[in-house]
Amino acid sequence: MAAPIARLIDELHKLPGIGPKTAQRLTYHLIRMPQEEARTLAEAILAVKEKVTFCSTCQNITDVNPCMVCAAQDRDKGLICVVEEPLDVMALERTRAYKGLYHVLHGVISPINGTGPDDLKIGELLGRMKGSVVHEVILAMNPNLEGEATAMYLHRLLSPLGVKVTRLARGLPVGGDLEYADAMTLTRALEGRREA
Amino acid sequence: MAAPRLYKTEGIVLRRSDMGEADLLLTLYTPFYGKLRAVARGARRPNSKMAGHVDFLARSLFLLARGQNLDTVSQAECVEPFAALRDDLEAVGRALYMAEILDRFTPDGAENRPLYELLVETLRRLPAGGDMAVRFFEVQTLVFSGFRPDLHTCVECSDAVAPGHHLFSASGGGVLCPRCKDQEPVVRPLSLNALKVLRLLDRGGYAEASRLRVSADLAGEVEQALRQYIWYLLEREVKAISFMDRVRRGEPDPA
Repeated sequence: MAAPIARLIDELHKLPGIGPKTAQRLTYHLIRMPQEEARTLAEAILAVKEKVTFCSTCQNITDVNPCMVCAAQDRDKGLICVVEEPLDVMALERTRAYKGLYHVLHGVISPINGTGPDDLKIGELLGRMKGSVVHEVILAMNPNLEGEATAMYLHRLLSPLGVKVTRLARGLPVGGDLEYADAMTLTRALEGRREA
Repeated sequence: MAAPRLYKTEGIVLRRSDMGEADLLLTLYTPFYGKLRAVARGARRPNSKMAGHVDFLARSLFLLARGQNLDTVSQAECVEPFAALRDDLEAVGRALYMAEILDRFTPDGAENRPLYELLVETLRRLPAGGDMAVRFFEVQTLVFSGFRPDLHTCVECSDAVAPGHHLFSASGGGVLCPRCKDQEPVVRPLSLNALKVLRLLDRGGYAEASRLRVSADLAGEVEQALRQYIWYLLEREVKAISFMDRVRRGEPDPA
């Protein structure tokens, strides 16, 4: 096998979810691809590395600093929704129902996996509480043990600062099935019930 | 091609990590198969029926299919979520610590029914049981893992321990009389009361241990002695300790 081909296969193989066969298939596809398309792909990869950075306010990944959400004029700057990962921001933005700002922790507390509170962007979140602009912080961590632990930890940190701390409702998802739901989900759904 | 062999077991989820696009790699602790790893395929998909049944520290019933490398979770149903501990940050800190040391003390596949029962009972005792429940868990885990410390005779000279202040040696695996102090590399002082507490945690039941009233200093001494012993045996840092300590001291304090 020619050296450049072997080298490309090796590099693609390093990416998550790409095994040796997939790496080979992708390589041979790229060989048959027009030169221009290959160049565009290579440049897009380089651009991501050069231009993408963390927003200094909300820690989301962005190419402009502050990011488009933090810089927008028509958003409620007194409301911050704290999420685990940048993809969570995307999911919430798709709803078009949320008009506040975000804060991305880049992980959750999971000691056995090596992540403690100091590994997350918590200090940066506390920094945003100074002054009295922020009146509510929504904790939007995933409804599992690590997410709940992170939410409880943040709640302890934020409540004394006089800001309202809320948690996303948890319970049955749309399209879910009561019959298959687990005990914790049903408990939370019952706790969070509202007037019909 | 042979059909996958199915088997059932209950188990507690000790670890979870993401695998591939939508899968979860679980480490389960079970009563009859000991520690085993299995993949919950598709558990991270939005419509997954399995997702809520394989949360960290949930006790669930599993239907597993044997695979060449890893077994696959075919079905899972949570039978005991230990809801009380999930709403309490200190209890979560303690539970994460216990899960980690259990994971480190157990080899794959070694059946250890008493250790499994101990884990289940201790998770039920949180949050009320507090630190004493964790001390009891630590000592009993050492006992069931074959590392019961010798609390009655000096590990060097085998003399019976006489009343007074003694030493505890992690490297020797038990108490040391003052005469033998220089014989072991890892040694710390151990007061008589601390020795009595350790003996009770070793031989008494949880009912007795939970009724103990100890001063903060004595509790701290017992905790440090056990922590050093466990650190020595595991030969590595227990990562959950710093989080458990943080949330226990009433931290976090905002800067």
